[in-house]
Amino acid sequence: MDFRFSPEQEAFREEFVSWLEKNLPDDWNPSRYRNYDSQEEWGRVYREFQRRLFNSGYTAMHYPKKYGGQGKTLMEEVIVSQTLFSTCTELRIPGVVTHGMAVPTIFTCGNEEQKREFLPKILDGTHIWCQGFSEPDAGSDVANVSTRAVKQNGHYIINGQKVWTSFAHLADYCILLVRTDPTVARHKGLSYFLLDMKLPGVEVRPMTQITGEAEFSELFFDDVRVPVEMRVGEEGQGWQIAITTLMFERVLGDAIMGAAYETNIQKMIEMASQTKRSGRPVIHDPIFRQQLAQAYIEVMVLKYHGLRSLSNQLKSKIPGPEGSIGKLLWSEPNQRITEAAIGMQGPNSQIMGSSPWTIQDGYWQYSFLRSKGNTIEAGSSEILRNIIGERVLGLPKDVSRAKRK
Amino acid sequence: MDVSLSKVQLDIAKEARRFLDKECPTDYVRDMYEDERGFTDEIWGKMIEMDWMRVRIPETYGGIGMDQMDLIMVLEEMGRAVLPGPFFSTVLLAVEAIMEAGNDSQKERYLPGIAAGEIRGTLALHEPDGGADLGYIQMEARADGDGFVLDGTKISVPDAHVANFLVCAARTEPGNDLTQGITLFLVDLSADGVSVSLLPTMDGTRKLCAVDFKAVQVNPEAILGEPHKGWKHLSRILQRAQVGLCAECVGGAQRAMEIATEYAKIRVQFDQPIGAFQAIKHRCAQMYVEVESSRSILYWAAWAQDNGDPKEAAMAASVAKAYCSEAYTHVSTAGIQILGGTGFAWENEMQLYLKRAKANEQALGDPIYHREQVITLLTD
Repeated sequence: MDFRFSPEQEAFREEFVSWLEKNLPDDWNPSRYRNYDSQEEWGRVYREFQRRLFNSGYTAMHYPKKYGGQGKTLMEEVIVSQTLFSTCTELRIPGVVTHGMAVPTIFTCGNEEQKREFLPKILDGTHIWCQGFSEPDAGSDVANVSTRAVKQNGHYIINGQKVWTSFAHLADYCILLVRTDPTVARHKGLSYFLLDMKLPGVEVRPMTQITGEAEFSELFFDDVRVPVEMRVGEEGQGWQIAITTLMFERVLGDAIMGAAYETNIQKMIEMASQTKRSGRPVIHDPIFRQQLAQAYIEVMVLKYHGLRSLSNQLKSKIPGPEGSIGKLLWSEPNQRITEAAIGMQGPNSQIMGSSPWTIQDGYWQYSFLRSKGNTIEAGSSEILRNIIGERVLGLPKDVSRAKRK
Repeated sequence: MDVSLSKVQLDIAKEARRFLDKECPTDYVRDMYEDERGFTDEIWGKMIEMDWMRVRIPETYGGIGMDQMDLIMVLEEMGRAVLPGPFFSTVLLAVEAIMEAGNDSQKERYLPGIAAGEIRGTLALHEPDGGADLGYIQMEARADGDGFVLDGTKISVPDAHVANFLVCAARTEPGNDLTQGITLFLVDLSADGVSVSLLPTMDGTRKLCAVDFKAVQVNPEAILGEPHKGWKHLSRILQRAQVGLCAECVGGAQRAMEIATEYAKIRVQFDQPIGAFQAIKHRCAQMYVEVESSRSILYWAAWAQDNGDPKEAAMAASVAKAYCSEAYTHVSTAGIQILGGTGFAWENEMQLYLKRAKANEQALGDPIYHREQVITLLTD
């Protein structure tokens, strides 16, 4: 048992931290939670910064060099990712789906041509990817996907609609889950595609979300012709590919959230020293002290549980059952933490835009609203508890679901 | 970084599980629940043979010198079995106190005897007026010649009725300053003026006592550690014991989850096992979330006691004590709800887990106390 990183890993972290200090974009202000007015501007800055990381050898640390990676281990990737998310989350957000889902899917399940064609251009910042899984009638029930792909002369003709697609309007490509066979059991009729967003018949309609931003879009497909070569795996393997990649990437995602939230706790403590209640700084109020401590405790749970899962994955190469709870350990605490944070602000908690009385640039107002999506996106808490109950604890499916194939 | 258990640690746990499954079944726990003494000489003798009294004691004094991480393997299993008896008070409280603060002759006097299973000890900390404040120590120790005279009452002293000696925290200088004026004393329970009475407690699996001190004279050799600076020692002693208690919580919560989950698979209502209903399934899943989270935090806290810097060790102990003890309460409470009327019945074992959970939650600083420690460490 050893919770410390090795001296080599610590040295690598220090090296990367000092690189990062010198290479953050000039126009990026760390005291603002959102520096860019338009999504296009945000996307541009992401791409430039990604290229800078790539050129200095700090991308995809754990992937082979021939695909644009660095040929190191998952530990180096964790160190780089944690440092980035504890320092400049904003600069990474447009690439979250790209690096968290597209890269591992292509790397793990893609064929040689797909890996060589797509991975280097993702890693050097050229391409942003989005994810087309959810549909109006396939939310938590992802296997209910009804967007159709019909094979015809070396192409698939795709028709249908996706929804809640993050950064679709910035994306160059999309990882897409569609139905290729409506006659077999639901999970078995799905296939996985890499879709060029510039193809004729692809339409993107941005959706405004609870925060007022339009991070997500609806995607419409009208006779979109996708070459057969863009299919990942075999026909009918789509579900398996989608699930496998989610499992493998979980550990890294959880480690990133742990690092980002540690920074948030510091931010919260700073705020609690400045905002007042009963004539004294909130930091001296016993109730808020309890809430701050609980926030920290939950972040420590996320951090150390994450290290344990990571360690098991490094050893056994496959994610263990303890990894299945990671998403619950960041999504639900984040809602409690942001709620506590705006609770510390009194009436100022309503002030969100630019005003002399805005606290910490309105970060907590934004985060409070955005956190409501955390327990819905990428596997709702209810679905995750079903998975834990059924796959980890071995509880039976309910009768209505067990009957349906 | 390697956050996984070694082969040796897994073997320690396996051996403890085998022993406790055989020697400490639920029937034994129930018998001891009703029994004033709270354990039998038979099981105690077998625990001595298992080397369990020697785990923390260094080889020089007849022990085997396990570190905290190895010890929690045993404690998790003890928590799983809701083991009654004075193991925790002797090995986690008395031994840690002597190892932390004792001089050579004190170690020589007590440790070999404990290692051989001949004597037992405990720690007298809480006072009737102290409430949840772990640092409330007002019992007076008056200087008398080159010794001291102790007067006052300590409550919630675990297993004092079956101990030979206790470590008592008292004030040798008046005031409220924790860092000044507290001294630890080694007091034989047979000394004149010491009287012990068993408290009627909610959790019968762990006996708590009141200990009265009436003009108890102690000689200078009884002073444990630096005079007037006892809190420095005590806080480190408590930290290790808190982490030990967390291991009990994790083991107990794990078993409570298993019992509830197994029941949810076989109990049929509305034509299906109740575990198929999401209302039950999600509670079971939440148990798993909290059990595994507790285990991760426990490992960090145990590791930090032997390997972290003092601040990390203190932080980890308080984070773990707040989290793991509340998780155990959550899990055993949900366990009763899932078992329904069965779980509410005296004859069902779930009640033993809930009672131990609540006792552990309050012992050695409750979650509110520890959260205050956490925020103090964070902002100081």
